[in-house]
Amino acid sequence: MIDVLTAPFVEFAFMRRALAGCVALSVGAAPVGVFLTLRRMSLMSEAMSHAILPGAAVGFLWAGLSLPAMTLGGLVAGLAVALLSGVVARSTVLREDASLAAFYLISLAAGVLLISARGSSIDLLHILFGTVLALDDDALLLLGGISTVTLAGLAVAYRPLVMECVDPLFLRSVGRASGPVHYAFLALVVLNLVGGFAALGTLLAVGLMLLPAIAARFWALDLTGLMPAAVILALAASVAGLLVSYYAGLPTGPAIVLSAGVLYVASMLLGPRGGLVWRLLPSRHLEA
Amino acid sequence: MSAVSAPGGALVFRGLTLGYARHPAVHHLDGTVPTGSLTAVVGPNGAGKSTLLKGIMGEIAPLEGAVVRPGLARHDIAYLPQAAEIDRAFPIGVFDLVAMGLWRRVGAWRPLKAHRAAVEAALAAVGLTGFERRPIGTLSGGQLRRALFARVLLQDARVILLDEPFAAIDSRTTYELLALVRGWHAEGRTVVAVLHDLDQVARHFPATLLLAREAVAWGPTAEVLTADNLRRARRLCEAWDEEAPVCRAPAAAAHDHGAHGPPDHLSHDHHTHGHAA
Repeated sequence: MIDVLTAPFVEFAFMRRALAGCVALSVGAAPVGVFLTLRRMSLMSEAMSHAILPGAAVGFLWAGLSLPAMTLGGLVAGLAVALLSGVVARSTVLREDASLAAFYLISLAAGVLLISARGSSIDLLHILFGTVLALDDDALLLLGGISTVTLAGLAVAYRPLVMECVDPLFLRSVGRASGPVHYAFLALVVLNLVGGFAALGTLLAVGLMLLPAIAARFWALDLTGLMPAAVILALAASVAGLLVSYYAGLPTGPAIVLSAGVLYVASMLLGPRGGLVWRLLPSRHLEA
Repeated sequence: MSAVSAPGGALVFRGLTLGYARHPAVHHLDGTVPTGSLTAVVGPNGAGKSTLLKGIMGEIAPLEGAVVRPGLARHDIAYLPQAAEIDRAFPIGVFDLVAMGLWRRVGAWRPLKAHRAAVEAALAAVGLTGFERRPIGTLSGGQLRRALFARVLLQDARVILLDEPFAAIDSRTTYELLALVRGWHAEGRTVVAVLHDLDQVARHFPATLLLAREAVAWGPTAEVLTADNLRRARRLCEAWDEEAPVCRAPAAAAHDHGAHGPPDHLSHDHHTHGHAA
């Protein structure tokens, strides 16, 4: 039985590499996803993942299917869209979501234009669905570096970030941390999406960030519980997805995200914090 | 407290005009809130009371004129807004919410442990002992207001701005919180509070600014809250006029406004506006 779970990783180096990459991604992206969902910015990361596309496309046109070039391009495009929409939201009447929607649509259209003008459809599939089973040393170092930076960044900015989420007006009234914290957080989101884009592709980059974070709400009440719960769920989804794709011969990226989806549905039904099943059981209210 | 007795700390308005989309909500306000004063801001709805506090905080930029805060840094002013932008669904406890008031002392990294007793004392002062671990989403409106009061208490600021601090709070708690406000006054802090209950103002606040976009009266409470002044305030506070002409009053620099005290505040009579049109 244990063999079924471990054999693919023992036997094949590419499976071990894929696992290492997914572990790095889970550890960094899931806590970021927790903050995203708590700030009601879940869909913002979806939009942002699209915004990365033109940058990656420019990198692709310039250097071919090269990870560093496409990553750098995606990073530049993502940070530019995050910064622009943040500046517009903070200096005009537009809310963050509206200004982001405007910029990501512009960015996505430009990306599709660039790719279809030059690349073939196979290249497009690579960009959309990633190359998790072909992670080379560079890609692993990139993923590891990103999750290190993410954890360090979250640790450094934890207190002001929580304050910015709970009561932004108060943080603005006591100091200058509000703006920098907001932009630093957006930068972490972009960084993790670019990381996910290398492993899972742009379309699915958001999956490992958000699905475990959303599912974690059914397992923990506060931040100190939500973040570990999200990481554990992301790790479980990664392993399950890799195994399913190995044994069933399915594409790996979608298999991982679908595993996360299964975990989400299971959490929603069975999770001890508001799972649907528990609502069916009668429980008397307390005295006070 | 040494921070409180340091020099400076007054709020000076110089021809201050605040507003939205060029329409003034506070119009050519001149005067000084002296250090250590306890001032109530009263006036009809839409008189610009909350706007004035936002202007002092720098939340909105003046259309004209300025708020001068000699010797006051941003963190020297504590602000309890009318509608806090608090996300009550965020999973955080009352203790952590109130402990945010320690920001100036602990910043992003220093440990909270040394200040635990101070947080508990602040919670006790507003009657929320035992609520430390309750998620903020489970508090009633009045309880949340009290928690925010406790946070202001912890901020230990030299200037405290309160925007309708007692809205949605029962009378007994209001009485206890008013005692806190008077305590701040006794410690030499400058307190400005937007209030609607004129009896409360008359009983507890030595100075009052009656605002109706312009300062109708500003001075000792008994002299400000006259029937005549209140009638004028109601009359002045007219609806937003889409067609309002550009204000031709002399610019802020033309006024003479040093740091005089309240008696100088009716300087408005020397220019007339066309807003009633």
